[in-house]
Amino acid sequence: MGTAAEPQFHVLAVDDSLVDRKLIERLLKISSYQVTAVDSGSKALEFLGSRGNNGRSSSDPVPSVSPNDHQGVEVNLIITDYCMPGMTGYDLLKKIKESSSLRDIPVVIMSSENVPSRISRCLEEGAEEFILKPVRLSDVNKLRPHMRRTKKLKTHQQEPREDSERHGEIRSQPARQHELEIQQSQHHPSQQVPQHQQQKSSNNNKRKAIDAEEGLSPDRARTRYSGVATF
Amino acid sequence: MLGWGVEFLRAEMNRLLALLFHQGVLDEQFLQLQQLQDESSPNFVSEVITIYFHESEKLLRNLRLLLMERELSDYKKMEIHLNQMMGSSSSIGAKRVRNVCVAFRAASEQNNHAGCLRALELLEHEYCYLKNKLHELFQIEQQRALASVVRYPARHN
Repeated sequence: MGTAAEPQFHVLAVDDSLVDRKLIERLLKISSYQVTAVDSGSKALEFLGSRGNNGRSSSDPVPSVSPNDHQGVEVNLIITDYCMPGMTGYDLLKKIKESSSLRDIPVVIMSSENVPSRISRCLEEGAEEFILKPVRLSDVNKLRPHMRRTKKLKTHQQEPREDSERHGEIRSQPARQHELEIQQSQHHPSQQVPQHQQQKSSNNNKRKAIDAEEGLSPDRARTRYSGVATF
Repeated sequence: MLGWGVEFLRAEMNRLLALLFHQGVLDEQFLQLQQLQDESSPNFVSEVITIYFHESEKLLRNLRLLLMERELSDYKKMEIHLNQMMGSSSSIGAKRVRNVCVAFRAASEQNNHAGCLRALELLEHEYCYLKNKLHELFQIEQQRALASVVRYPARHN
């Protein structure tokens, strides 16, 4: 990302573990995303509330915004851990989807545990993806199609990517349709599945999370609890 | 180790890594960490591992304190600590430590105090081994970095 004309997508990462925050931050930066990492759901909401997302609070003074910024920094995607004290990732997801100003920000959930009921709950609530930890570069690479494109097409920040030229301004959509709309212009045909169809054989993370348990995942087969002594 | 060639040290590092992989102490996630290190973030691995050490030692201390409460061990709290340790161990590729946490958690869920104590001892042991080996790895890496910038005369005996 060298030129000033190329905007960077801004990802908000939420995780109570410092180790995991460092990891996700690095993964996202290496993938050319701008990152803000916070350690709780409430801090995430605080951050989102102070930003100019969807223009709701853009009239509010945002102290940390430089005079050259038009609306403050927007968030193009939220990636959050599931298991957090206080507000879980699921709680955060719900709050975001219930908020008229935040609901079209795509949310991705991470978890170290492969619990199908947990996965379906999150997807039903509007999460775009469910990623099993530890998160890898290949997982982060799959986030790009889910990015919410910058709402206002500022002239000096015009996105060079083909989908923005085709779609123009983003329309506020419920999360499910939002995913399909974005994916129409993407080169990932395998991801054109509604969120609920977790059992479909495709190469997305949702399937990976469930099928890994059944041993069907073509990805790294993780033997989770092998060779464990009992006490 | 000063004066030993870059290639020799690289081989030493690979040998140690291979051993740790073979022993199941580390898994491929550790390699993922290494891949995230580059010129823009040259100390990434040691930074993350250092955070991991600090957090783990805090968690181990807390676990020991909780288990000393013979009367009414707070198993729920233990499980929270264990989940944290499991998560961070998994994130850095510390496979054996993570597996011991899993077994420890099972003992805690059964409120098995003796089992938890045994698990904690094993966890401390595994953690110590991991820490020592990772320090060794970092030392070799530092030597290698040094050797690659310092030029020694051809005959230096």
